[in-house]
Amino acid sequence: MSIEYGLKDFDKKYRSYHQARWDEPIIFQLSQPGERGILLPEAEPEVAAAGSRIISDLGPMARKSPPNLPEISQMRVLKHYLHLSQENLGADETVDIGQGTCTMKYSPKINDRLANLPDLADVHPRQDESTVQGSLEIIYKTEQMLKAVSGLDRFCLQAGGGSQALLVIATIVRAWVDEQGLADKKDEIITTIFSHPSNPACAAIKGFKLITVYPDEEGRPDFEAMKAAVSDRTAAFLVTNPEDLGIYNSRIREFTQMVHDVGGLCSYDQANANALLGIARARESGFDLCFFNIHKTFSAPHGCGGPGCGAVGVRENLVKYLPAPLVSYDEEKDRYFLDYESPSKISRIKDFYGVLPAITRGYAWMKALGPHWLREVSRVAVLNNNYMFKKIMAMRGVGAPYASGEFRMEQVRYSMQKLKDETGISVSEFINRMFDYGMHLWTSHEPWLVPEPFTVEPTESYSKAEMDEYLAVLEQVLKECYETPEVVKHAPHKSAVHHTDHDILEDPKRWAITWRAYRKKYKGYFEPR
Amino acid sequence: MTKVRLGLIVNPIAGMGGRVGLKGTDGEAVVLARERGAIPLAGLRAEDCLRELLSCRDQFDLWTGAGNMGEEAARRVGFAPSLVGEQKDVTSAGDTEAIAARMSDVDLLLFAGGDGTARNVCAAVGEKTLALGIPAGVKIHSAVFASSPGEAGRLAAEFVSGGHLTEKLSEVMDIDEDAYRKNLLKAVLHGYLKTPWKRGRVQGLKSGSPSSDAEAQSAIGEEAAAILRAEKTTLFFIGAGTTTRAILTSLGVQGTLLGVDAWFDGQLVGTDLAERDLLRLMEEHPSNATKIVVTPIGGQGFIFGRGNQQFSPEVIRRAGVKNIVPVSTPAKFLALGGAPLLVDTGDGSLDLELEGYVRVISGYGQYTLYKVRRG
Repeated sequence: MSIEYGLKDFDKKYRSYHQARWDEPIIFQLSQPGERGILLPEAEPEVAAAGSRIISDLGPMARKSPPNLPEISQMRVLKHYLHLSQENLGADETVDIGQGTCTMKYSPKINDRLANLPDLADVHPRQDESTVQGSLEIIYKTEQMLKAVSGLDRFCLQAGGGSQALLVIATIVRAWVDEQGLADKKDEIITTIFSHPSNPACAAIKGFKLITVYPDEEGRPDFEAMKAAVSDRTAAFLVTNPEDLGIYNSRIREFTQMVHDVGGLCSYDQANANALLGIARARESGFDLCFFNIHKTFSAPHGCGGPGCGAVGVRENLVKYLPAPLVSYDEEKDRYFLDYESPSKISRIKDFYGVLPAITRGYAWMKALGPHWLREVSRVAVLNNNYMFKKIMAMRGVGAPYASGEFRMEQVRYSMQKLKDETGISVSEFINRMFDYGMHLWTSHEPWLVPEPFTVEPTESYSKAEMDEYLAVLEQVLKECYETPEVVKHAPHKSAVHHTDHDILEDPKRWAITWRAYRKKYKGYFEPR
Repeated sequence: MTKVRLGLIVNPIAGMGGRVGLKGTDGEAVVLARERGAIPLAGLRAEDCLRELLSCRDQFDLWTGAGNMGEEAARRVGFAPSLVGEQKDVTSAGDTEAIAARMSDVDLLLFAGGDGTARNVCAAVGEKTLALGIPAGVKIHSAVFASSPGEAGRLAAEFVSGGHLTEKLSEVMDIDEDAYRKNLLKAVLHGYLKTPWKRGRVQGLKSGSPSSDAEAQSAIGEEAAAILRAEKTTLFFIGAGTTTRAILTSLGVQGTLLGVDAWFDGQLVGTDLAERDLLRLMEEHPSNATKIVVTPIGGQGFIFGRGNQQFSPEVIRRAGVKNIVPVSTPAKFLALGGAPLLVDTGDGSLDLELEGYVRVISGYGQYTLYKVRRG
């Protein structure tokens, strides 16, 4: 029995695992002419007549031929998607703390039920606001809680994800600069190399020059470099804190003051807020804007690039730039309403008012916790991380550059450079072997300033037993690297898919993310020659 | 199916000088090295590399130099290579060059040696053959070497197995060994070899960096070219390198890869200039500011003092330390692993003045604040 690794009455430190493997066709390949999921009755004459009027009103916009949809029965659809899900390693199946930076916390199932209540799930965004008071109340009250967490004055919950929120922020900075007639004078945005890549990307989209600051020897943004970077041309400073190294920049107020001294704005990328809820706020750190990911920090699921919620907060002087409508409350009439009155300088960022299911989950999660336990979330997340930090640092072949001897915040960026030097096995090969034990391990964002990197973030959700199981797998694969390297090099052995060429995803000539593109680019490719 | 053709050249005397206190084995130094008891190491390094290729041995044909120039190392690992050249007890730079020339049609040419070996390979195959250095020499200033013999082998194995590798031109540098033995460092840029390159040390789906070094260089070229176009009254000196060459390409002119070119008021006013030419041009433009555009050369991050000695202390001082315009791809920063950019102009006080933080053009509309230190 292994007490050390926490699986009580179970004589292994980790589980045996084998992923399902289906030679699953694409749904279009399953299509059979004439096969149907639902047979609809013939439309009544009145309905048919109304329908033909609509079609004739469409004029040239009406389709000439029906859409090329797969024709398939309900049961086959169900089995198809179940097979695909079995070939995945989903959040509800695995210990996914190796997806560091992603804050993979538990999304309570009861909140799914709330979000799926017909009163919320079945509303239409064009309904009159008097009929969706509950939905508007959820958005409004979520905003109030985010105001308390950040100290900022107003939030917009329209953005469907973190990058979209950053686009809102860059757009606000652009509008703010332009309105003052400073477009020619304030044309630079400063960020750091470890800040999330969407910060510089959004700044570039909005036509700013980017100035990137590298870290100092301790892994914090280099203060002297920052001094050299800041000038009258500085429009804004976009930064994450703590960055993905898990090291908090305790001089952050000096950084933001430096930017304010030259008349620039400071924006706080709070994608790593899970370390700081109820502990440190954007306002006191000197930020003018910030954003939170409701879909990670506040428990709503990530949704693979959406639908999530990137909530953008600003100080009072920037409220007028937030995309309308905001959701406001009329105390006198006791009603919530869509507030278009704000003289917004930027157009809306997303259709309608945001992703209500994601906001609802975040709202329910915060309401269930309350202020005290929200703070406890961060305390436990940091504690869990430092527990794992100590264990991982004792493992052979692993290190963590920067800030030697310091504790970390909610995540750590480790390096397997030593492992690679000693065994020739890279972190990219290593992660493939983790899949054989049913676990994830992610490398990190580029650029790989930390060589052979991987990032672990246990959040507050995982128990000691689960962390121990994850650690046991990590240790086992490290052991294999030294003792049976070929097993690691040829991994995964138990996954649905062997190796994939990631570079395809970045090569427009070869990527195919739709069936149509696939048929076009790979016509005949897999057929016998 | 046509097999991949791999070439291997071992410079058997490379690396012998290091352990016996010599700085290289060029010229007569190899005799001295042998007298001091130096043992050949390059073959062992090549073996480390070849071991990584055993698992895909069926997918390629191996060609090596005869005897100690590759054959022996290959046989010790278990390969039966096809041979190029004749076995000799005493080999020279000429042999490396001759064998490389005969192997110029292989798909990937591996060579174990140091800067001198890279220089010989470069002289023989130029930029037409894909080549990769197995580090085995005392001097490794060139950027054509893998970080270790094992890494060279793994990269080669990936190439053989059809992995997605890109190519880039990498600097071949060598220093004057006689001067080096007198503790004088004179590094010269001799040319470029086409090397395989694994993008940004592999994948990363949230990546934001350009997918190839050439793309990054082109973006830098566009940004810097805009500055050159805008500052019509500034005399620009464009240093050696593929990144700086991209600037002139963006301006629609053909620059010198290994030398310094000059640009003024919308046109190229000098190519492949020596120090005296640069000083003369500055004299001809007494009322104009001069800016020096440089890129880190070699693997160690030198922006002055390696491969661009035309930028003498006098040239730099007359231009002014504030008028240095460094350019660098993100990949070069990454390769530095957090180490600063370096200067070694030969003038200690000037090096001190150049220390601090510089704005480096690192992309289109992108700058990086980076630390500079004395080398």
